[in-house]
Amino acid sequence: MQDRSETASANDRRLPATVGLALAVDAVELRFGGIRALRGVSFSAEPGRITAVIGPNGAGKTSVFNTISGFYKPASGRVMLGGVDITRLPIHARAARGLARTFQNIALFHGLSVLENIKLGGHHTMRAGLLSAMAYSPWARREELALRAEVERKVIDFLEIDHIRHLPVGVLPYGLQKRVELARALAMQPQVLLLDEPVAGMNREETEDMARFILDVQEEWGVTVLLVEHDMGMVMDISSKVVVLNFGEVIASGTPDEVRKHPGVIQAYLGAESGVPA
Amino acid sequence: MTEFIEYSLLGILSGGVMALIALSFVLIYKGTGVVNFAVGEVMMLGAYFYYAATVTFELAPIAALLLALVGIAVLAVFFERLVLRPLSGQPAVAVLMATIGMASIIHGGVEAVWGGDTYSPPPLLPRTPLIFSDILIPGAVLGNFAVASILIAGFFAFFRYTSVGIALRATASDPVTAATLGIDINAALRLTWILSALVGTVAGILIASSAGLSPLLAAAAMSVFAAIILGGLDSIAGAIVASLLIGWVEALAAGYLGGKSRDVIPFVVVLVILVFKPYGIFGTRTIERL
Amino acid sequence: MRTGIFHETFKSDERMWAVPAVRLWLLIGALVLFTMPLWSGDYLLAMACIVGIHIVATLGLNITTGNAGLISLSHGAFLGVGCYTVAWLGHRGVPFYLTLPAAGLSTACLGVIVGLPSLRVKGVYLAIATLAAHFILTFVFREWVSVTGGVPGTTIPRATLGDFVFVGDRRNFYLIYGCAVILAIAARNLARTYIGRAFVAVRDRDISAEILGVDLLRTKLQAFAVGAFYAGVAGGLLGYFYGAITPEYFVLTLSVFYLAAVIVGGLGTVLGSILGAAFMTFVPEALRLLVNASAHWFPGVAGLLLPMGQAVFGLLIIVFLVCEPHGLSAIWARVRRVIHLWPFRT
Repeated sequence: MQDRSETASANDRRLPATVGLALAVDAVELRFGGIRALRGVSFSAEPGRITAVIGPNGAGKTSVFNTISGFYKPASGRVMLGGVDITRLPIHARAARGLARTFQNIALFHGLSVLENIKLGGHHTMRAGLLSAMAYSPWARREELALRAEVERKVIDFLEIDHIRHLPVGVLPYGLQKRVELARALAMQPQVLLLDEPVAGMNREETEDMARFILDVQEEWGVTVLLVEHDMGMVMDISSKVVVLNFGEVIASGTPDEVRKHPGVIQAYLGAESGVPA
Repeated sequence: MTEFIEYSLLGILSGGVMALIALSFVLIYKGTGVVNFAVGEVMMLGAYFYYAATVTFELAPIAALLLALVGIAVLAVFFERLVLRPLSGQPAVAVLMATIGMASIIHGGVEAVWGGDTYSPPPLLPRTPLIFSDILIPGAVLGNFAVASILIAGFFAFFRYTSVGIALRATASDPVTAATLGIDINAALRLTWILSALVGTVAGILIASSAGLSPLLAAAAMSVFAAIILGGLDSIAGAIVASLLIGWVEALAAGYLGGKSRDVIPFVVVLVILVFKPYGIFGTRTIERL
Repeated sequence: MRTGIFHETFKSDERMWAVPAVRLWLLIGALVLFTMPLWSGDYLLAMACIVGIHIVATLGLNITTGNAGLISLSHGAFLGVGCYTVAWLGHRGVPFYLTLPAAGLSTACLGVIVGLPSLRVKGVYLAIATLAAHFILTFVFREWVSVTGGVPGTTIPRATLGDFVFVGDRRNFYLIYGCAVILAIAARNLARTYIGRAFVAVRDRDISAEILGVDLLRTKLQAFAVGAFYAGVAGGLLGYFYGAITPEYFVLTLSVFYLAAVIVGGLGTVLGSILGAAFMTFVPEALRLLVNASAHWFPGVAGLLLPMGQAVFGLLIIVFLVCEPHGLSAIWARVRRVIHLWPFRT
């Protein structure tokens, strides 16, 4: 990763012609009983850029993701996708709007093969009716074959997982499972991609691979990426913007350099002694 | 009006035994997370053990009761060891199907051994009816209610004041932490199954000695499902209150709409609750995690 | 020895029976099946008809429970709904090619209603809800005399096609297996489309599936409706096969029978449904042979047939759950692998 920050600093990286949608979280309040998990959290992820959310354990990072996904319903505040309020949109309908995500604890479907898992990402694009599917009508068949071709061309080749496509997901090593999850999210044809700790538990080599894939996704697809991650090295390397959460509040946001020097962040992480570990 | 009071009293009192069955069910659900579809069959089997001990082997009712309890406890241990432990970690639905399988085995076994006839085992309790002006309460109903109340109160005390009871509660709420603190999880699970089976057996004997004993007895547990759903699967207090409520509704329905309605009312109640208030009155709605 | 399957296009990889050898075996199997009424004895043929009906019903439950993970204890009662639909329509002169789909559709509608609680609650509650539905339905079967004939039962007019009357096992055989083959292929098709994948996704991790764009409400109700449709058609076939039916047939044990068939055969596979249904039909028959053989020494044993069958269903459920959760189809897959690799050992 060292060489990457030498060749291009995160901020002046070029953008592709078409970019994803903007994602904004506006004054979101989230309560569980008496606990305020999120206290008026606001931030935005710019179209086609990589934004990272960091913070100590329990700061509310995953809660933010779950609120954006619709799994948690905020008490107040809004979630905006491309300028449209999606706060009250049903969970499954958000996929069709271009919101895709991966999960902190890998959430692959063990009853499906790698290929089938990835195809599931394309679920919201499928239109064949129940009877049509049961008859495997020419229409349903065409749709399935089109999905297969699309997934193979755009995702499986891209993430270099063609050799494992027919394996059950349960037999894959951890790093590959994470990659299949990313593949599934990409098969959703996302405008905005939420990555919940994409390199957690990975060794250095796997982390570098994953970081490269994330950068490629952003550069080639123009997808807006929002990621939660503990690996500071990677966050600082690939993000153009960093949002710092602590106790359910945004305490700082800005470029990696700005955040690195922000006194509140240093306080939150290390108790005012030294800088954020790079 | 007298009619209404009589139906109500009978219903609420018969709800006492139902509460005992519900307790047998909730104990297992709370303690092990298993939904036991064999509760009715265990209850029935216990009653048949009691019948066999008193009538076939001519033991005194109390001795027969103890023998039936021991027999059921042994079976509970076997079931826990041979079926449930190998299935631990499997999805809840798999375990549930195993209990359905168990129910099927017991039901078939009982019919094969004792046939489909109705027997009347000797009563455990005196049968003197209680009469308030024009309302007559059969002694069996009253006695059953009294036994159920005492047993349930005993369980509350057990879980609250004894160290074993507290250990069981600890295991139920967080098995991993409980194990770290030195509680033998397998022993706790085993004990939970035994206790539940014992409670079910007592309920079975109570019903059998007042209403007769046949394989249909297992169906009594079916209407208990209504109570458990209403009370919330994981709440003992809820199950008890709901049992009394369902007993009351059933008696009123049977009294005013005819006996046939008893076959269907509890199930209509179940469906209505599941659609409108799926976690019951007292049940805890767990926070789902991704 | 076969070393592997080599596809050159995605299209050939997506085919249902991708291997030439499999296609050959299927052809042979189809030939044997469709000439069966010409060479088979009466007993075997009657058994084959019953197996066919059970296959249809098991295919349905295997979609609802095996694929989508929604446990249903009202499957047996669903057969009743289909059967009475066929009886009622048949008495009004509706031909079988309309009554059977109608039986499926009416049962599917009912399945949707019974499945409604599945949106609010998870598996365990759902099992109780379907159990409640079973008792309500059987209550209706006994009491709604004008349609069901009440406890004494009702007759079902024979299926006719022009002057051809489906009377006797030899003719009903084609009716039953015609439906079974169509529905088995439909189940297989469903499994390889996005709807089938969504079923499995909902079973494995429902919330993740929802976030990935699967409409849980729609998917679960679809799973219930499809399963119930199969049960309805099976019930209709049952009516045409027996010609008369009483509510006695649709007891809870029938639901447990199908649950056992699904588990014994293998959850979530069409082959599993077929193997499970055949095996489970064979079990009571084997028991009967055993009982008849031993009646000489134990005179009262004939009366024990029914309860023994029930106990054995339960035992099979538990044994397979504990020892071979993937059922006969997994055993079959292992056997096949050994045969393919012979004389080498894995």
